[in-house]
Amino acid sequence: MSIPVLMPALSPTMTEGKLAKWHVKVGDAVKSGQVICEIETDKATMEVEAVDEGVVAQILIEEGAEGVAVNTPICVLAAEGESVADAAKAAPAVATRSEQAPAQATPAPMPAAAVSAPPATAPASEPEWTGKTAHITVREALRDAMAEEMRNDGNIFLMGEEVAQYHGAYKVSQGLLEEFGDKRVIDTPITEHGFAGLGVGAAFGGLKPIVEFMTFNFSMQAMDQIINSAAKTHYMSGGQMTCPIVFRGPNGAASRVGAQHSQCYASWYAHVPGLRVLAPWSAADAKGLLKAAIRDPNPVIFLENEMLYGQSFDVPEDPDFVLPIGKAKIERVGKDVTIVAFSIMVGKALQAAEELAKQGIDAEVINLRSLRPFDTETIVTSIKKTNRLVSVEEGWPFAGIGSELAAQMMEHAFDWLDAPVKRVTGLDVPLPYAANLERMALPQADNIIEAARAVCNR
Amino acid sequence: MAKPAVKPKVESLAAKSKSSPKSSGPGDNSISAEELKSFYRSMLLIRRFEERAGQLYGMGLIGGFCHLYIGQEAVVVGMQSTINDKDAIITSYRDHGHMLACGMDPKGVMAELTGRSGGYSRGKGGSMHMFSRDKNFYGGHGIVGAQVPIGTGLAFAHKYNGSRNVSLTYFGDGSANQGQVYEAMNMAALWKLPVVYVIENNRYGMGTSVERASATTELFRHGEAFGIPGVRVDGMDVLAVRAAGEKAVEHARSGAGPYILEMQTYRYRGHSMSDPAKYRTKEEVDKYRTERDPIDHLRKRLLDAGLVDEAALKAVDAELRKIVGDAAEFAQHSPEPDPSELWTDILVGA
Repeated sequence: MSIPVLMPALSPTMTEGKLAKWHVKVGDAVKSGQVICEIETDKATMEVEAVDEGVVAQILIEEGAEGVAVNTPICVLAAEGESVADAAKAAPAVATRSEQAPAQATPAPMPAAAVSAPPATAPASEPEWTGKTAHITVREALRDAMAEEMRNDGNIFLMGEEVAQYHGAYKVSQGLLEEFGDKRVIDTPITEHGFAGLGVGAAFGGLKPIVEFMTFNFSMQAMDQIINSAAKTHYMSGGQMTCPIVFRGPNGAASRVGAQHSQCYASWYAHVPGLRVLAPWSAADAKGLLKAAIRDPNPVIFLENEMLYGQSFDVPEDPDFVLPIGKAKIERVGKDVTIVAFSIMVGKALQAAEELAKQGIDAEVINLRSLRPFDTETIVTSIKKTNRLVSVEEGWPFAGIGSELAAQMMEHAFDWLDAPVKRVTGLDVPLPYAANLERMALPQADNIIEAARAVCNR
Repeated sequence: MAKPAVKPKVESLAAKSKSSPKSSGPGDNSISAEELKSFYRSMLLIRRFEERAGQLYGMGLIGGFCHLYIGQEAVVVGMQSTINDKDAIITSYRDHGHMLACGMDPKGVMAELTGRSGGYSRGKGGSMHMFSRDKNFYGGHGIVGAQVPIGTGLAFAHKYNGSRNVSLTYFGDGSANQGQVYEAMNMAALWKLPVVYVIENNRYGMGTSVERASATTELFRHGEAFGIPGVRVDGMDVLAVRAAGEKAVEHARSGAGPYILEMQTYRYRGHSMSDPAKYRTKEEVDKYRTERDPIDHLRKRLLDAGLVDEAALKAVDAELRKIVGDAAEFAQHSPEPDPSELWTDILVGA
């Protein structure tokens, strides 16, 4: 059987090239890996190696020929046991690139408008918790969530800087080392990139790591492992690999710690398919969502807030208290304007709503809790009632969560809006240190009141 | 479907190896004829597979990046012979050889290269992103150095679970200057994790030679700051690889912590398919191909020892050509992924 050798493409964009030089002639025996000719393109000169073995029966493209299309037969080899003359006679009937290559342009299966995945089945709505509650801090709620889950599943471990002997830089992991020992509560060196990646590997290997970042500001060091390794591998492996891991820690501004320790990463992480992104406000959120995050088989970004750690809330005592991921919560029912917030801004929004009530504006406050998946439905339902929307976040305005919210409402609630969506955000500056400037840069209840009045034309 | 190329070893030959601390010995003469033949077969399978992959790339059937392993076959085949099937393997994007060596099906690998539904990642990963839970092969990673902390984490999981398994974590000389590699080495040494770092030093990180990229080019010493032992190994000699690998794997498995093997090897082809190769001379490449080729080397050894004859080797070649030909055939006829696959495997259970 004669074996045609085709003009190869040497890069994804090459369509033709010059056959610069032949290194073999008719009658030569050719071995696999042997250089048979040289090809020139506008970018480079490259050698072509034989894949098949045989004797050169015919040279089809002469040395020096320009504009030779990719996949054109350039010579014919006679296979072992075949005469060179016979091989040369057998005209190489070889499919050209256009015939043989798979259809490159598979028609887009989804309508152009569908930019995000068709919504998965709506998350189970939140059950009513009617049993006993305890008044505990967010800090305690987070610790209890981890401890309860760790008692139930020996594959769960906590690692991070100062999580063990120091009990956490913010005392969130108090008592865990004593209860679970140093096998499961692990102080790491200050190497976020390394231990985030190590956590991802442990998750690939069947464990369920909780990786604490002392603050999410330091997660930028680990960003590649979080995005490229944790978030994308399930997809890239066609579903074979899973990465059940929780990255948690305080996010956003604390108090006068300067620009490098004060950033909100909500929109950064919420941007990425393959991640879940949660941002609790109350202690009940913290406990119910962290338990959900630990049980979830996917990588979860869990954005806490240092300023909330010491605040106390009622939390159901039921050990099975777990909140659904992807479900926002209406914290205050109202009819005039919808205020959407997450994390610490929920408290500010509620404060603003009380003041607005005194001014005759009845605000509905929605606590997002989950940023990916995003509970568009709850917000749209609210807007159908109030027809007005204010979004509140601590992060920067450009491409923020509020921008996404505004876009979603254009797509899903345009006809129900009586005023443009208004965003209240952190100012578009690195967070300053000076007390007065810092206060000016972060959203305050007054800013929310002002925005709510504006969308209500008051 | 190809059978697993190399049988897992059960008994340790480490004691028989007489390597000096800084360089491995010439190899272990006590290896059985069967094993030598299986090494030959495994290396040749990778060579033939990669040649065919290069050809399919040239025909436009494989897109994007495609990093061939030709020249480096002794490294992965030698190392594979030192581990068992519960040990974990992870590497960079030059990964086809590793997958074949650990027994993954050439059809599934080739079909992933062509982006078809029959591929290991059902066409969604490509050349750089394939995995097999079955074979404990954890990828296939496209970001230089990223697999090193992950491989260290696999070792962490082994230790956490109290298993006696190790993680073979491969990376190139190009990764050897990445910060996260040292972060991982520090933790591996600190916590005595069972990981063997196999540095495949093929002398060029893309087009930049080791000498132009590393302040110190003795890569096997790059763990010294953490007290990690390391040796330099002739990565063109499968028996030298095997001898050094035995020792390193035994070290990690015993609980003594990580180990570094610097495999001095060479890739004949470019970094990826579109590589003008202006950074090295043709003479240099030719010298390796003609004088150092790992397959020729073992072939000669087999013939000289009278363990096989030419006809037997020819039969092996014919068998492998058939396997690779079938894989190429499968990879061209397996259908493209169904459009619905676009939205699957983003999250588990969603």
